[in-house]
Amino acid sequence: MGTSKVIRVRVDSARCQGHNRCCSIAPELFEADELGNAHARGDGLVPTGLEAKAKLAVANCPEHAVRLTHE
Amino acid sequence: MNSGSKPRHPPVEDWATDFDHRDPSWVENPYPIWDELRGRCPVAHSKRFEDGAYFATRYAEVREIAYDAEHFSSRRVIVRERKVPTQPAPPITSDPPEHTPARKLLLPAFAPQAIARLEPRARALCRELLDAIGSAKTCDAAVDYAQHIPVRLIAHMLGVPEDDGDLFRRWIHLVLEVGNSDETVILPALQEMSAYFMTEIKKRGTQRGDDLISFLLDAKMEGQPLSDPHLLGTLRLLLIAGIDTTWSGIGASLWHLATHPEDRRRLAADPSLMPMAIEEFLRAYAPVTMAREVVKETTVGGCPFKEKGQVLLSFPAANRDPAVFPDADRVIIDRAENRHAAFGLGRHRCLGSNLARLEMTVAIEEWLARFPEFRLAEGARVTWSEGTVRGPRSLPVVLGIPWNFV
Repeated sequence: MGTSKVIRVRVDSARCQGHNRCCSIAPELFEADELGNAHARGDGLVPTGLEAKAKLAVANCPEHAVRLTHE
Repeated sequence: MNSGSKPRHPPVEDWATDFDHRDPSWVENPYPIWDELRGRCPVAHSKRFEDGAYFATRYAEVREIAYDAEHFSSRRVIVRERKVPTQPAPPITSDPPEHTPARKLLLPAFAPQAIARLEPRARALCRELLDAIGSAKTCDAAVDYAQHIPVRLIAHMLGVPEDDGDLFRRWIHLVLEVGNSDETVILPALQEMSAYFMTEIKKRGTQRGDDLISFLLDAKMEGQPLSDPHLLGTLRLLLIAGIDTTWSGIGASLWHLATHPEDRRRLAADPSLMPMAIEEFLRAYAPVTMAREVVKETTVGGCPFKEKGQVLLSFPAANRDPAVFPDADRVIIDRAENRHAAFGLGRHRCLGSNLARLEMTVAIEEWLARFPEFRLAEGARVTWSEGTVRGPRSLPVVLGIPWNFV
């Protein structure tokens, strides 16, 4: 992919309703809090090899709460 | 669970202006009806229900209604022929701002971490049911298997006898099916449920166990214990919402696998497909249709919604919208992108969704481990429930390895 890009995942907490799809698809990238709402693990950095899972997490969120950012 | 005394409804002539989700053709196979409506009249109407009822068939309008609590209230979550006095069952019947605290207090008990702890019990009870089927060559996968799993697990969670399942199923049948046409059965069923829970509460006295009734007895909402009506309403909700919904999801998945041998063999051979397959069964056979009541006139999808109208909020129809799901009427067990709405959209997302997924996954895994080969029995009459929750109530199957049948 030429120049290396940093990809991060982010969960919009105002939209997340706790469907838990992202945590099921990519437990390496997302975790649920005690109410069942999701957030990105750590700083949301997507390690090499997990890009496809990150995209699937975005594409499966019923509330459109999961986002990818490219830096 | 046929009551045998269901009133008949006149046949539907035009689904766009006279829809009826209790019509036998809808109950049997609603998908062609929804496809037709999506093409020519995405918001249908019917005068068969008090103050009229609306029915949106496209994902976009379903989503818009689900997100719009200003115009669409949750105080009526079932479309009925005649409106009965509202029976609060928080948080499903709550609107903002009351909804948020009523839901928040329940969320920890149904969060993924809490539900994961139930997996051993779920697996054990599925195996007990499969052991009871034993080496029989036929069984009813709905009656002998699917219907018992959520009943027993929710009884386990509530801390009430798992053997009370017949009682629970009767109440649910009256409230969710018979009551849509005959409102006189609803209140007595709800009163029986409340009396049942009052007895359970009294049994606990000041003692507390590791169960949901104890949890709710000690729960505080904005610093105050729950009022009796709130407590009993929530307990009735947990019982009603947690049973025939998942029983339907398990049954519909088994129906699919009984009628699609290629999917069944693929799934039995490759368990890594299971999570995607479960999401696809949830999408394609979403059991739950909710409702709203119009509290302020508005327009959705170019159609006026008049105040007091009832709204059939069909997440199952949204899930079959080809604008969002390519090949929407095909079940693709490895569909990777599947933003389905089986558990609703917005603030009322099914509280028990993690529990439902656990039950469905474990039930299908355990069934396939025991019966990798099965099919519908010759001449089997599969019957589907009517109304709010759709799933097979009778599912006769032949079990075993095909070459052993002879």
